[in-house]
Amino acid sequence: MSAIRVRRRREHPKRVTEVPTGGLVLASDWRRPSVKWGLGTTQALLLVVLVIIGLGPILWLVKAAITPTQDTLIQPMSVFPHGTDLSNISNAWTQVDIGLYLKNTIVLALGSWASQLIVSTTGAYALSVLRPKWGSLIMVLLLTTLFVPPVVLLVPLYLEIVHPPIFGGTLENNYFAIWLPAGASAFNVVLMKRFFDNLPREIFEAARIDGCGPVRLFVSIVLPMSKPILGVVSLFAVLASWKDFLWPLLVLSNPSEQPISVRLPTIQSETDLGVFLAAMLIACIVPIVGFLIFQRTILRGTGLGGALKG
Amino acid sequence: MSKIDFMPSELDQSQQTAIAALSAPRPAPPRYRRTPLTWLQSGGLSRLAFLIPLIAIFGAFSWYPIVKLVITSLQQTNFAAPAKWVGLHNFSLVIHDPLFPIAVRNTAEFAGLALIFGYPIPLVVALLVSELRRRRGLYAALVYLPVVIPPVVAVLLWYTFYNAGPTGVFNTILHWLGIGPQPWIQSQSQAMPSLVLESTWANAGGTVIIYLAALTGVNSELYEAASVDGAGIWKKIWHVTLPQLRTVLLVTMILQIIGTAQVFLEPYLFTQGGPNNATITVLLLIYNYAFGNSLGPQYGEAAALSVMLVAFLALFSLIYLRATRSWSSE
Repeated sequence: MSAIRVRRRREHPKRVTEVPTGGLVLASDWRRPSVKWGLGTTQALLLVVLVIIGLGPILWLVKAAITPTQDTLIQPMSVFPHGTDLSNISNAWTQVDIGLYLKNTIVLALGSWASQLIVSTTGAYALSVLRPKWGSLIMVLLLTTLFVPPVVLLVPLYLEIVHPPIFGGTLENNYFAIWLPAGASAFNVVLMKRFFDNLPREIFEAARIDGCGPVRLFVSIVLPMSKPILGVVSLFAVLASWKDFLWPLLVLSNPSEQPISVRLPTIQSETDLGVFLAAMLIACIVPIVGFLIFQRTILRGTGLGGALKG
Repeated sequence: MSKIDFMPSELDQSQQTAIAALSAPRPAPPRYRRTPLTWLQSGGLSRLAFLIPLIAIFGAFSWYPIVKLVITSLQQTNFAAPAKWVGLHNFSLVIHDPLFPIAVRNTAEFAGLALIFGYPIPLVVALLVSELRRRRGLYAALVYLPVVIPPVVAVLLWYTFYNAGPTGVFNTILHWLGIGPQPWIQSQSQAMPSLVLESTWANAGGTVIIYLAALTGVNSELYEAASVDGAGIWKKIWHVTLPQLRTVLLVTMILQIIGTAQVFLEPYLFTQGGPNNATITVLLLIYNYAFGNSLGPQYGEAAALSVMLVAFLALFSLIYLRATRSWSSE
C-alpha cells in the first residue's frame, strides 16, 4: 500500500484513561502556528455549527412551545415578539390529554423492557452456561433471524396478532401484542450470550461443587455479574420502545391505548400549532433527560457498535 | 474473519444483520453418552426451562412469521374467504404494478442521496472532534442529541420547518440570505432531498460516534512513524487514518444502505408518498398493499414484495461478508 504502513496493527492493551487526542495531530504539530490557528478555528467553528444544527431545532421547539401560535406562524424565528404563552403546555394536558399517552408510552416501554430482558437473559444463560445438546441448532436459527429485518415481517405478524393461530381470539388493542414480539430480539440474545461466555467458568464450577443449582447460579451469580450488559440492553430497549411507531400504529387502533408517537401524527391536523408543538416537546423530555443522565453508557454502547477487530 | 467485540442493541435490526453475520456459533464442548435418566439427573429439566421463553417468543414472533411470510406470498389471502394458493402470481402482480419501478427508483434515490449527505460529513466531524484537546464530551453530546429525539417528533418538527409559505422557518432563514421561499416537500423535485436532509439530521450522529470510537483504536505509533517519515497532516489522513478505518467505513456504508432501503417513516409522515408519487418507497408500497388500500387488503402482494426486499438485503449482507472476509485475510 504505502511505505508508511510499516507494520501491522499490534494488539495493544485497552487504554484505561482517555487519550488526550486522536493522535493524528502530534504535539509538535500543535506548536506550529498554522496548525494551531487553522485547526483551532475549524474546531471552534464546528462547535458553532453543531450547536445550531444539533441543539437549534430543539431550542426552537422549546421556544415555540411557549409562544402564542400566531407569533410562531407569522414570525417563526423571532424570540417572543409578543411575550410567552404558557397555556400551550397546560392545553396539551387538558385538550390533547398528553398525560394519558405519556403514561401509555411508559407502560409499553417497561413491558418491552421486561420482555427483552427475560428472554435474552434466560436464553443466553441456557445457551452459554447450561449448554443443552441442541443449543447450537437454536443459535443458528437465532442468527438466521438477524438477516430478516423486522419491518418485512409486518404482514405475517399483523395477521398473527389479529387472528392468533391455536389460541384463537385476538391480541389487537392488547399491550401483549407489543410486549411479546419485542422480546424476539436475536441481537440481545447474541449480545448477552457473548457477555456470559466471557464470565470466568471457574466461578460456575465452584458454585456447582458447593451445591448451587442452575436457578441459583443464574439469580445469585450470573445476573449480578452482568450488570454492565444488563444496563446497556435496558437503556436501548427503553429508547427503542419510546421511538417505535409503525408496529404500535398497526396493532393499537384504540386511541386511548396508543403511545405518544402514534398519537402525535393523528392529532396534528386538528390541534392548534402551539399546543401541538408543546405536546411534541413533552414527548422529547424523557428521552433527552435520559440521554443526559446515561450519556456515557449510551455513547460508549453506540460507538462500540462499529468497533470491529480487524 | 472479523470478529465483533460488542454491539449495542440500539442499532436497528437491519444494521445488526450485517454485523451479526460475522459471528458464527461456537462449537459445543465434548460430551458423554447420555440416557434420559442421566439427562434428568444432570439438570436437563432446568436447562429446558431456561430455554422456554426464548423458544416460545422466537417461535411465535420470529420463526413462525418468517415461514408465514413465504406462505402468504404464494397465497391469495383476506379475512373473508379461505386462503387460495396462487403460485408466483403475487410476484408477477407486484412486478407489473406501475408503482413498483417508481418505488424502487425512489428508494434508490433516497439511499444514494443519503450516502452523499450522510457518509462523508460524519467522517470529517469525527476527525475534527477526535483531535480536540478538551470538551470532546460536549461535542459528542451535541452530535448525538438529534438521535435521541423520537423519530416521529423529528419528522413532525421538520414538517413545521418545511412550511412552504414565506413565513416558514426555513423560508425565513432563506429570506435573511436573500433567497426566495422554496416549496420544500410540496414540490416533486425538492421533496426527496428534503426527506433525506431530515433523515441525515436524525441519524448522522450515530455514525459520528462509531467513527469516533474507531479513531481511538488507530495506533498512535503509526502517526508518529509517518511523521518521522515527513508526512504532513493530510498525508497522514490519507495513508494512515483512512486505511486503518476501512473496515468501519465499509460497515457503516453497508449498514446505511440496508437501513435506507427500508425507509418508511419520512415518506409516510411527510408526504404520504406524494407529490405525484415522487416519494413513494418500497416499504411504503408494502404498507399500502397491506394496510392502506381502499379496495381491501392485498396481503399476498405485500408479502411478495417483502420477500423480494429480504432477498435483496440478504444479497447485500453476503457481498459485505465476502468483502470483509477477503480484506481481513489479506
